[in-house]
Amino acid sequence: MSRSQRDLVWISTFAVLVAFAVPWPLWGVDRVVAGLPVWIWWHVAWLGLCAVLFSRFVRSGAWERGMGRRPESEPESALGGDRP
Amino acid sequence: MTLGLSLGIVVGYLLFALAIGLVAYRVSEATAEDYYLANRSIGTVVLLFTTFATLLSAFTFFGGPNLAFAAGPEWLIVMGTIDGVLFAVLWYAIGYKQWLIGNRNGYVTLGEMLGDRFGSVGLRALVAGVSLLWLFPYVMLQQMGAGEALVGLTGGAVPYWGGAALVTAFMILYVVLAGMRGVAWTDTVQGLFMLSVVWIAAAWVLSAVGGVGAATGAMLDARPDFGSFGGGTYSVGFIVSTAITIAFGVTMFPQINQRFFVARSGETLKRSFVLWPVLVLLLFLPAFMLGAWAVGMPVDVPEGANVLPVVLNEYTPAWFAALVVAGAMAAMMSSSDSMLLSGSSYFTRDVYRPVVNADASERREAWIARIGVAVFALLAFVASLFRPGTLIEVGDTAFSGFALLALPVICALYWDQTTRSGMIAGVLVPQVAYLAVVLSAVVAAVPTLPRTVAGGWDVALGLMVFSALLTVGVSLVTAPTADSDASRFAVAGD
Repeated sequence: MSRSQRDLVWISTFAVLVAFAVPWPLWGVDRVVAGLPVWIWWHVAWLGLCAVLFSRFVRSGAWERGMGRRPESEPESALGGDRP
Repeated sequence: MTLGLSLGIVVGYLLFALAIGLVAYRVSEATAEDYYLANRSIGTVVLLFTTFATLLSAFTFFGGPNLAFAAGPEWLIVMGTIDGVLFAVLWYAIGYKQWLIGNRNGYVTLGEMLGDRFGSVGLRALVAGVSLLWLFPYVMLQQMGAGEALVGLTGGAVPYWGGAALVTAFMILYVVLAGMRGVAWTDTVQGLFMLSVVWIAAAWVLSAVGGVGAATGAMLDARPDFGSFGGGTYSVGFIVSTAITIAFGVTMFPQINQRFFVARSGETLKRSFVLWPVLVLLLFLPAFMLGAWAVGMPVDVPEGANVLPVVLNEYTPAWFAALVVAGAMAAMMSSSDSMLLSGSSYFTRDVYRPVVNADASERREAWIARIGVAVFALLAFVASLFRPGTLIEVGDTAFSGFALLALPVICALYWDQTTRSGMIAGVLVPQVAYLAVVLSAVVAAVPTLPRTVAGGWDVALGLMVFSALLTVGVSLVTAPTADSDASRFAVAGD
């Protein structure tokens, strides 16, 4: 899979991150775990996951490529036709 | 605990914030770029906290715990999703793109950016006008919050109008004196202050009631429905439409949108983006859970009062409760300063100069900006005396109004075929429709149009979809005008 195809995976990743920040699978569940309703823990863990994946998005250079720009850390050849 | 000490802490804190603004003013230059954008030199920590503190308004600090108290802790999920995840993604998709464009072409406002791209003064003024329209209820919301906060803190010794007037006076002073650099500096101090204070408050209250488990147990004894996710107010329609309208609305708030132009470098935006979910969670978790836990506590929350100060008064010393209220008022003030400052730049740059008086001197423009701020804040103060709804209701109306701008703007940013007519139709028509819905509730002569349909779905969400369809549809059937220039928004490869 080329770099630009892998970058497209980020779009679906973001969609999933946004969609399941709300704990839909736990709709109506009322279990309490470690002092808080279990769906609050889902949300807490999910936002932690978001921070980790956001950081990977930035470090992979997809942040720049997503805007059609070349990350500073990357050699010219890896660009995949973004520049004339 | 005396009334004097509580008030002293509040006023002292506000003066402290003003002092920081004055120091910032001393180091600033007398140019519009510096006044509005601090010369595009804001670093990560300051950018993050200035955006963060701006989000932290009366809506978050009092409205949020109130809603969690009334309807359940699901508000944490709704707001966490909005600000921690969806806003972060938009921060990249809209914010970073705007930063790249703004940095190349020297834009200061959203209207200026769009007006230049489409070669249209009308569009520029329209975007500014729409923004100022929805800014009004949001400034008013801060004054309402401050008024209620001081009533709660002093047990009514300071009347509602007194608190609202105090914060209005401070916000005018502040904006007129300090500019963006001052606002950004105090926002950082206030953001850090609020984060610490809300955790200390949670720890204090929890240790008094016997820990997290005991607090949740008492909450479930009082309201068993709070334990299960969803139900009551929190229908699927409510959660989805609230999350989408607020997150998109936030990006179009003048004070947030203008932040997209102020970062020193792209690195600053990246770092803020990564830290965003964690920071949001750190603030919302203790604040909203305190609101929800309060249903199980032996406290009496009077009708119309904010739950957070009541809980603090019960479980923490009075000086600490005063400190939290001071922090919250400072948050409202920093929200308001940022709003007023951005609002004044929208007014002078996008309405006054291009439409009214193109030859105005810098000095005259600066005076118009400051007088504009004072008039706007005073009108909002007068409107806040009528208390037209709860904090959440007033805030939500403003968010939705701004959200209607978001999709046409995204269209313009990413789709070269967008035309001027497409933009004007996509912005104007949904705004008129939404305004009709909002005003129908205020004007007695017409029947009130529904704000939500089919179990909690917000009509604003439908209008957002409509705005996108209109922008795309009209753009497809109209030709670009000679003055428009899609290359203004090109950012690839430089």
